[in-house]
Amino acid sequence: MRAACWHGKHDMRVDDVPDPAIMNRRDAIVRVTATAICGSDLHLYDGFVPTMKKGDILGHEFMGEVVEVGPDVSNLRVGDRVVVPFPIACGNCRACQSQAYSLCENSNPNAWMAEKLLGHSPAGIYGYSHMLGGFAGGQAEYARVPFADVGPLKVPPGMSDEQALFLSDVFPTGYMAAEMCDITPGDTIAVWGCGPVGQFAMASAKMLGAARIIAIDRVPERLAMAARRAGATDTIDYEAQEVMEALKEMTGGVGPDACIDAVGMEAHAPGIMYAYDRFKQALMLETDRPIALRQAIMACRNGGTVSVIGVYGGFIDKFPIGSFMNRSLTLRTGQCHVQRYMKPLLQRIENGDIDPSFIVTHRMGLDDAPEAYDLFKNKQDDCVKVVLTP
Amino acid sequence: MQGAYESRGFDGEDSGPDVVRRPRHPSLGRHPQSRSLQKQGAERLAQGLGWFSISLGLVEILAPRIVSRLIGGNGRYTNLIRLYGVRELLSGAAIFGDGARPTTAMWSRVAGDAVDLATLAAAGASPRTSRGGVAIAAASVLGVTALDVYCARRLSSSAKDGAAGIRMTRSVVINCAPHDLYAFWREFENFPRFMLHVKSVRTTGPGIVHWVVNGPAGTTVEWDARITRDVPNELIAWQSLEGAGIENHGVVRFEPRPGNRGTIVRVDLLYRPPAGAAGKLVATLFNESPEQQIYDDLHRFKQVVETGEVVRSDASPDGMGDVLQQPAQPSRRLHDAATSPDLGGTP
Repeated sequence: MRAACWHGKHDMRVDDVPDPAIMNRRDAIVRVTATAICGSDLHLYDGFVPTMKKGDILGHEFMGEVVEVGPDVSNLRVGDRVVVPFPIACGNCRACQSQAYSLCENSNPNAWMAEKLLGHSPAGIYGYSHMLGGFAGGQAEYARVPFADVGPLKVPPGMSDEQALFLSDVFPTGYMAAEMCDITPGDTIAVWGCGPVGQFAMASAKMLGAARIIAIDRVPERLAMAARRAGATDTIDYEAQEVMEALKEMTGGVGPDACIDAVGMEAHAPGIMYAYDRFKQALMLETDRPIALRQAIMACRNGGTVSVIGVYGGFIDKFPIGSFMNRSLTLRTGQCHVQRYMKPLLQRIENGDIDPSFIVTHRMGLDDAPEAYDLFKNKQDDCVKVVLTP
Repeated sequence: MQGAYESRGFDGEDSGPDVVRRPRHPSLGRHPQSRSLQKQGAERLAQGLGWFSISLGLVEILAPRIVSRLIGGNGRYTNLIRLYGVRELLSGAAIFGDGARPTTAMWSRVAGDAVDLATLAAAGASPRTSRGGVAIAAASVLGVTALDVYCARRLSSSAKDGAAGIRMTRSVVINCAPHDLYAFWREFENFPRFMLHVKSVRTTGPGIVHWVVNGPAGTTVEWDARITRDVPNELIAWQSLEGAGIENHGVVRFEPRPGNRGTIVRVDLLYRPPAGAAGKLVATLFNESPEQQIYDDLHRFKQVVETGEVVRSDASPDGMGDVLQQPAQPSRRLHDAATSPDLGGTP
């Protein structure tokens, strides 16, 4: 089959690889009908995630048709149309039973690698480094889905691929970011990063009752999308305005009730702070550039919540612990427990509360994956989300 | 042979939790106390030498001209001194990166000393250096060399002590009651399902278990073990019999976690690989580090109990802990293996 394989920093290739096979009794094989490139895939593309190997198939946002099921999968049949959540979860361990699926204790066969870097291991993830399991990803014609009796969600007939696809990651991920803010009606929420996760975080904050939603980015099209489609009431272009000042201005000086960091480890900023972090990152003195996180903490109102949904990988510098501690802030974070949110959010789509396909700006073939990565990374051609069709 | 072991704790008589508080690499010879103190001294000396390496390396890199003057080079050879500074930094880093017993890193320091002495000898013969300065430098290096050799030899000898008996403790939490886990473990024939290197385990007599373990290149190592203590739902202790390929004894405990939160399964194992050719084979067998292997086996045990089987990925087709990772893409070998009737999916 054809698959988008990582060959090094900024080197994606579409290779011919063997078809996947059932390896565990609870596996299914899915013929991929739509797959997306995630912003977190760009961290792999830019070479910031350790334990990658040449030939790794990427992709953790995918859906398709079941073509084969293992002997212990009784809930799926060949021909079912399913969307697959990105964390791989067994459903049996204590983490899964408390619905913390992205912390599954059994789905990462390479847990020892993650333990070296992270202390303890989270769940395995499709196509997301060997430290998180070494599972082949879904940017391919076919994908193997472990624990297929727990993860995949059947897509109702009549719902398009583009409406259902984002249940695999970015819609639930944005939703969880908003949910972690414990929004009460009237709240003001500021969101750093207007990529797909930021867009869904804003749309979800609106669904959860936020009165005011402030979008922060530097790409005009993304800010426009936030205002037009995701429910942002205000926008801040961080290259044109000083973010702290603007947020104080907008909130009468107190700051937003909750701040969402939907940027993560590769933040940009004008001026000296970016140069500082980029330099330290280049020298491997820190792995991540936490510019958005620092701002979110400094900006948040006293006693407010900072919700970190953007992906971080390792270690950061100049964490504003003084601001965080003295002002009684709460920090909440995590890879999304997608399985927990899929059904209720599918219901939201069916009810017409939201049509997640609004983020799609580019539709390309799987063979165009290298070009798609380049386009998305450099935010060319107003790219927000690329959907690849094998 | 058993007398040589420090056997307290393996008969399951003492209380469980104190087992994990013991040092990771206890000396297991006849005089455990004194040996371990000597070794600790060597480890601390190694750390001191590591800091010395790093400081000297930094000075050599940042102020090579001053160093050159101090050692009789009259301010010349700065590039060479910088290069040696990098070497010092690397060996300092190696000492701290080499775990609790940096034997290899210490021997590399000794090699570095030899290079320094050879360089100083060559410098002493050159007309452009000051003889006196070089002589003082050589005397200092000789002093450090003596320390390095002493430290490296101490570490090496304590490493040999370790080989006489290696003790490991590892544990895992499983979402299951102690009696279920005990029952599963008590069926020793289950072991190959989660112990990657074990080919078969059979009960061959009352309380006697026969082990067959895969070695490299299709070889096997076999031995008999006796169950020395068996407390239903709590613990099982064993001891290999005379003539075992790998002398070992240990205990597995099943402790309920407070609040009905599953069970902690603890393995406390001591093994002694034999000397000679067979010992080498065993060392190869265990080259992914025995502790890692027990960790992996315990996590596979958890997977089998909680999910029904060992979880496989494209990069880790055997489950936990494949050190040599395949790329994360389907492989031909797996594709062929997957056509076995056991896994046959729907067509």
